[in-house]
This record gives sequence, structure tokens and C-alpha cells, in this order.
Amino acid sequence: MAEVNPTLTPDIDEVAGPLLRIETVTKRFGGFTAVDALSLDIKAGEFFALLGPSGCGKTTLLRMLAGFEAPDEGRILLGGEDIAPMLPHQRPVNMMFQNYALFPHLSVRDNIAFGIKRAGLPRREIMARVAEMLALVRLEGLEKRRPDELSGGQRQRVALARALARRPRVLLLDEPLAALDKKLRENTQRELLELQRRLGLTFIVVTHDQEEAMTLADRIGVMNAGKLEQVATPRHLYEQPASRWVAEFVGDINILEGNVDSRDDHRWTVSVANAGNVVVTAPREATDSATVCVGIRPEKIRLSRRGPADAGAMNRLNGIVASVGYLGGASVYTMSLDNGATLRASLANTARLDVDAYAVGERVVAWFAPDDCIVLGR
Amino acid sequence: MARPLIRLSRFNIASLALGLAFLYLPIVILVIYSFNASQLVTVWGGWSLRWYSEFFNDQAMLSAAAMSLRVAAVSATLATLLGTLAAVALARGERFKGRTLFSGMLYAPLVMPEVITGLSLLLLFVALGAERGFWTVTIAHTTLTMCFVTVIVQSRLSGVDRSLEEAAMDLGCDPVRAFVSVTLPLIAPAIVAGWMLAFTLSLDDLVIASFTTGPGSATLPIRIYSEVRLGVKPEINAICSLIVGSIAILIVAASLATKLSSARGQNAAPM
Repeated sequence: MAEVNPTLTPDIDEVAGPLLRIETVTKRFGGFTAVDALSLDIKAGEFFALLGPSGCGKTTLLRMLAGFEAPDEGRILLGGEDIAPMLPHQRPVNMMFQNYALFPHLSVRDNIAFGIKRAGLPRREIMARVAEMLALVRLEGLEKRRPDELSGGQRQRVALARALARRPRVLLLDEPLAALDKKLRENTQRELLELQRRLGLTFIVVTHDQEEAMTLADRIGVMNAGKLEQVATPRHLYEQPASRWVAEFVGDINILEGNVDSRDDHRWTVSVANAGNVVVTAPREATDSATVCVGIRPEKIRLSRRGPADAGAMNRLNGIVASVGYLGGASVYTMSLDNGATLRASLANTARLDVDAYAVGERVVAWFAPDDCIVLGR
Repeated sequence: MARPLIRLSRFNIASLALGLAFLYLPIVILVIYSFNASQLVTVWGGWSLRWYSEFFNDQAMLSAAAMSLRVAAVSATLATLLGTLAAVALARGERFKGRTLFSGMLYAPLVMPEVITGLSLLLLFVALGAERGFWTVTIAHTTLTMCFVTVIVQSRLSGVDRSLEEAAMDLGCDPVRAFVSVTLPLIAPAIVAGWMLAFTLSLDDLVIASFTTGPGSATLPIRIYSEVRLGVKPEINAICSLIVGSIAILIVAASLATKLSSARGQNAAPM
């Protein structure tokens, strides 16, 4: 592993037992299996993200943790205790809803106090806790307002304060930032992360936005069709995807399909029909299959007019620039290789006056290191 | 919230005036003639409150009015209870089998001719050997008005976000408590509007009441109808004016309550 990708940080160590253990949980709706024998451990104090396309079962899984759906099979252990048979109000878990679900007939203060009042605390303590929560999310002075008198960002913070007020052992967040605009979302991400670190709470967030998951989470579970495809740190997920599906779902990637021509300990040569030979670093889990996919992230590819001077260890593929997409910080060059394949390369626009940029129709050489190639099953 | 004033053309004003006159002129004439001093309904004899005082001394009419109010109050309350429960079951329950059929059947009394409802209820009461009187009329009116309550409450309920109840449960409420502390306050205006509508419908019903009532328990519309058959007394005008007045107040209150409810509903909607 270290040889394949020496810079990858290992997963969070497994010393402490998991706070939350999901054991082969299955949920069916009629004939449709929303969550399929899924197992997952989440550690105390972790910020965990469930990422997946819509309909992958991530929300159903979250709703099972909150208690709004009962699993058909499997157990959900929180601190060793099976909470699957418990009703939502009996669980030491709170949820922040996607549309916030603030009570429109109650003021900000009463919204936040709603859950603590049910806990039967003395009145003075309730008021103290509400004040503490208002300070935590910086909403002092707004306690008498109704939800419809607040901005989107303020509502989001009321929802957060309301969910945190009961001091849950796990906080569930369903698409917490989806309703906010981009600028506000970035600030709120930072605040959320800071809050989680400060409180040391376990957060589980469901999102379809991979950037959000990458920014927030310690670990990400990528879900597809009711199953976890991979559970890993953001970096690991991006640089070492477990499957072609994950590689294509997370970020952009070029996929070249080919046959393994020769293998030695460190290097494989893959002959790709529509690109040529590609030398790759041998994967950790060597597959015996003759046909493989080689994945290369667009930003790992460099372009030049003549190719590198010392090209000994590099892969070189020749072609012409088919189109250029200018994105501001970077430009995406789509290359038509001489053998027919298409390759996308993302280059940072490091100079403001880039007179040296490649034009459409220009002949270029794409080059990339064997270490930057991900070998995936088909 | 300044709305631009729409300039009305002459044609619009004329058609508006004619339409309103068609609807309200008879009622206006009725109200004016209720203050008539003359014995004869059709002859104007100057302003007077004579027929109002006559009504308040007419024991038979007063007891019929009391009967009507009691029937309306009890049947509206029963209809509101049952109608709200049905609305909750239809809007919130699991998608049980035959749900569409059930909700269709619930709305049948809305379109069923009253004669048929009245006759079928009469046959039922006779078959059961029930003594006809206050309770049979009340039950019949509950049957008639319950579906109106259901329609109003159900439309309100479908506008209340389901996740509000879930949030309440998440914050420590059992399902019943979640309904009472979150959903009920949000649909309360619709329930009040439903009650008032049921009350009004019961108050002015003649057909079903005449089928299901028994001797000695005539409602006000039945009493008025039988008086009118012997010739219209100006006293009837006074009674009718009182009924029109009270119904107008109730309907305005009910529509205000509905408006309040939908305004809250908009606040309940996300963003």
C-alpha cells in the first residue's frame, strides 16, 4: 500500500470500539430493497457522511437511525444497546431535517425549548439551555421571532440548535445545507465543522453533494443501490476508489479499458486498444483478470507540445485538443488521442495572461506517471 | 402589499351590480320588510320592530328555534369530531387498501340529493325502532355535515408538512403527543371553520330534518315552512332576517378562520 500511494493517510485507528454499529440492516418497501444487508461502524466523535445518488437508500438509512423507519432485518447498536425496536422519542439521537421542519406556530425560543421541555427539566434549566443554544448558533436577540420571520441561514441555525438542545449522542443531518445558496453554504460548512469539533459530538450527515461530504467528513460512506460501495477518508476515496462505480461517482476520471500485457512486481503494462500502451503501478490487490480499467484523474495529466525531456517512467499519449472548457481556476482540455480515445486533462490557470494555452486543434502530448493510474476491475 | 387598483369598465360595473342584485335583492327586501309596521306582508306601513317583539313572545317559534340551535350545536360538534378523525385517517394513515373508495364514499353525502339521504335515514330509524325526535335529527345532520368538515380539515392537513410531526417525535413526543402539540394547533382554524360550516348547514336544513323529526320536536325551518303554508306573516320576515344575520356572521368568521389557517400553512411550507 505504502508503495502504491505513499501520501495517503490511514483510516482513523480502530482502537476505541464503535459508538454506533449497524449490523446487516435491510429495509424493503414492497418489492424494492432500499437498504440491503448494510453493515457500518461509526466511532464516537466522528463526522461521518453518507454520500450517494438519489434513491441509493442513504436517507432511508438515516431515517432508520432516527426511528422513523423500522429495519426489516438487522440490528442498530448504539453504545452496545439495540435501538432498532425503539420509537423515535425514546432514542438518544436527534435529527436535523432537510427542510428544517421548524414549528411555524412557535417562536425561535419555543422551537429550541420544545425538546428539552419533554425531557422534564426544571424551568430555570430549560431557559439556561435555550440561552446556551442561542449563543452556540449566534442567534441571540432573535428568540421571539417566528420561523417565517427568519432568513434561510437563520432557520438552518435554529434547526441545528433545536436538534442539539437535547444533547443527543448522535446528531443526524439530512442534507443540512442543500437549501442554502453557495456562498452561505461554504460559511455554514465551516461553522458546522467547528461546532462538531468543539462539542466533540458524533455527526452523521446525508448528502448528495460530494464536495460537501469531502469538506465536512472524517470518513465517507458511498452508497449505491442500498449497499455501501466504499467507506474511506475523503482522500482515500478519491485517490484509491474501490470500484469503477466509486471512481466515476466521486470526481471526474478518465477510464481506459485494456488488457494486461505484462506484469512484474511493480509495473504492469496495459495495452489499451484506442489509446496505446499504458504503464501502471501494480495494484495492492492484484487481480488475475486479463482485462482491467485504468483510471486517471484529469488533474494528474499534464500536457505539453513536445512531451517531457526525461520521459523514461512516464506514459505519453499523443493527440489533438478537441475542446477547451475554461472554469476560472482551471481549464479542462478534452483531447482526442490518435488511436481514438478521449482524454480529459485539467490544468490550473496559474498565470493571468496565459499566452501559452493550448488551442483547439493543436497537437499535444498528454503525460502522466504510472503512480497516478488507478487500476480498477471492469 | 399595495395591489394595483383595477379600473372597472361600465360594463363590468353593470354586470357586477346586476349579479349582486340577483343574489341579494330578495334578501335585502326581506330584511327591510321585517321592519314593516303593517299587518300585510306586501304593504309598507312605516318602520317598526313590532314583528321582532312578536317573535320573541311566540313560544312555539322560540322553542323551535331553541331546538334548531341545540341540534345544530350538537350535530356540528359530533360532525367535527368524526370528520376530523376521518380527515386524519385519510391524510395521515398508511395507504390502506380501498382508501380511494373510502374517501370517495365519504364525499358521497356532498352530492347526494337530500331527499334520498333523508328518506334512507328515516327508513333506518324506523327499522331500528328509534323514537324520532331530537337525537334522530341530530344524527341525520351529523351524517350530512361530517363530510364537509372532512373536506376542509383534510385539505388543511395535506398542507401541513409531515416532517413537522416527525420532528416533534424526534424531540421526545410520542405520536399522540406530537399530533396534539404540533399538528392540532396548525389545523385548529380549519377545524373551527368546519364546525361553523356544519352548524350553519344544520341550522338551515329543512328536508332531512322533516324526514327524521318526530312529533313535538320541530326545528325552526320546519316550523317556518308550516306557518308559511297558512300564509306569510311579517313575523316570518323578522325570524328570517335574524337567521340571515347570524349565518352571515358565522360564514364570515369561518372564512376568516380558513384564511388564517392557510396563512399559517404558507409559513409552514419550507422556504
